[in-house]
Amino acid sequence: MNPTTVLHQLAPFATLGEQTKSTSWINMLIFGAFIAITMVVVFRASRNNKTAADYYAAGRSFSGGQNGTAIAGDYLSAASFLGICGAIAINGYDGFLYSIGFLVAWLVALLLVAELLRNTGKFTMADVLSFRLKQRPVRIAAAITTLVVCFFYLLAQMAGAGGLVSLLLGLDSHDKLGQSVVITVVGALMILYVLVGGMKGTTWVQIIKACLLIAGAAVMTVIVLGMHGFNFSTLLDAAVTKAGDGGAALLNPGKAYGATGTSRLDFISLALALVLGTAALPHVLMRFYTVPTAKEARRSVVWAIWLIGIFYLFTLVLGYGAAALVGKEEILGAPGGVNAAAPLLAFVIGGPVLLGFISAVAFATILAVVAGLTITAAASFAHDIYANVIAKGKANPATEVKVARRTVVVIGIVAIGGGILANGQNVAFLVALAFAVAASANLPTILFSLFWKRFTTKGALWSMYGGLAAAIVLIAFSPVVSGNAKAMIPGASFDWFPLANPGLISIPFAFFLGWLGTVLDKSTEDPATQAEMEVRSLTGVGAEKASVH
Amino acid sequence: MGHSDQSHGVDFVEVQATEEFKNLRKTHRSFVFPVAIAFLLWYFLYVLLADYAHDFMSTKVFGSITLGLILGLLQFVTTFGITAWYVSYANRRIDPKAVVIRERLEAELAESDTQKEGV
Repeated sequence: MNPTTVLHQLAPFATLGEQTKSTSWINMLIFGAFIAITMVVVFRASRNNKTAADYYAAGRSFSGGQNGTAIAGDYLSAASFLGICGAIAINGYDGFLYSIGFLVAWLVALLLVAELLRNTGKFTMADVLSFRLKQRPVRIAAAITTLVVCFFYLLAQMAGAGGLVSLLLGLDSHDKLGQSVVITVVGALMILYVLVGGMKGTTWVQIIKACLLIAGAAVMTVIVLGMHGFNFSTLLDAAVTKAGDGGAALLNPGKAYGATGTSRLDFISLALALVLGTAALPHVLMRFYTVPTAKEARRSVVWAIWLIGIFYLFTLVLGYGAAALVGKEEILGAPGGVNAAAPLLAFVIGGPVLLGFISAVAFATILAVVAGLTITAAASFAHDIYANVIAKGKANPATEVKVARRTVVVIGIVAIGGGILANGQNVAFLVALAFAVAASANLPTILFSLFWKRFTTKGALWSMYGGLAAAIVLIAFSPVVSGNAKAMIPGASFDWFPLANPGLISIPFAFFLGWLGTVLDKSTEDPATQAEMEVRSLTGVGAEKASVH
Repeated sequence: MGHSDQSHGVDFVEVQATEEFKNLRKTHRSFVFPVAIAFLLWYFLYVLLADYAHDFMSTKVFGSITLGLILGLLQFVTTFGITAWYVSYANRRIDPKAVVIRERLEAELAESDTQKEGV
């Protein structure tokens, strides 16, 4: 029996989006249960938050498996789950390309960054970048790029919350006030998690959420495949049939990016930003400090790669499943638009209970990712700017943690405000911009300082500020911000840069500046600290140990 | 950070110049650099095919499964494969060499600490 027909018989005149509203109390109930359970876990975890290492790095006491699951929880954001399912449902093959970039990118982290970073740093990305260069200027630059990347990523998560909320809680999609109230509640909950639980509490929230998300997606995948005789080809045919005229385009590349020469270049730019961005995301890098050794850091990445890869295979099935069982018109007509594909699919195949479960998990996803970003930004401000620059390394650790906690509140308020303003912007797209900024501003300096002996402070500063500025300026003058009806400022047109993603220009430019700044620098860095960094990074001598309670 | 107290008992420049350390560095780099270049080339080959060779990628292989889909799934396979390969290489070849150097240096550090306490 086909559940779609059953639902349509029950409510023949209601769209799926409207039908889901009548069951929103189930969503709230399941989400409430998630909040209650995670709060208990966070409060229990907070008992051992004594030192800065406890607060920022969870006492470095997580195992590789736990941290890998938490990384997957951090990485499989609302953009990955809702965004990719929606993109595949609407654009077919071109949506799949996002998941490939997001996954392959982990090899950069595994081979070139994770273990070396764990061996040399303490709490933040800036610890590694400033290790053998001039502390003050490099630390300030690294803290600024960290804050900017976190801000973009945070905005993307909060922007998605509004549309999602309307779908889940049955609010009218034009009820901006109701959505703003919910964004504020989400933000306040997140502040509480991070304030109380620190890195340990945040990590547990991520682990719980990752398990629920992957389990939920697995169940849906099995149901969708089961409805099509466990034959993926049959599912593809069903998607093509449902889409009607021109539906065959769902199976072929080019539906989203194939239109013009510029859109094809834009696709290369996106692919470059995705593959090089992951290993430069500050909130991902910070997770490597929560394990006791470099070997556990390696294990974390391996776990993360398997979990994330398997999850993206699920989204391939779910995306085509939504195209086949829900259909493009229903998805685009629902509150939340493209992002509604996965929740609507859950409703069609599993009724209100599965919708409630998936929606609550999607909501928890936003909460957990925002918490991870907030603690990263707060740690960077308190540890890099306050403790090492303002207090010149003489800050008392207790004061440093106090500063970090206050920063959490400030960032939470900024995130709530930004989320309300950016409500309705395209989520997967904003995340891709965060990746482009990270790959431009951070990756060249990370790789040069780990692998190029001659690299100097001037090279680092040119690369970080130059890469950051190039990425931001190109975004500001891109079609995303102005020049067309979908832009952030639709009335104006100063869109002289044709690509939506700046990576193709800004990433090579930042690598070039790192090289140029170094060769033009007449002074050289201290060979002793370079030797210390290289020996420590490869052997793990003197690496920060797990704290013992 | 770069000047942590516990590291002062060791001359890192000297360690960096030893054959033992150079050998560790070579073992690490001779794996990660070529493999990183290889998977990036393979990834961009795939991206360019998906971007510019639409007809080729739309070739149906069996049922409605296209060549593009198979090549995309192969990206997953190679990612999982390289992960497993690196872990096995690191466990067999890199870790044993790193452990020898680390243990020797940590012993030197412990010794210089006790000497300091003795003074």
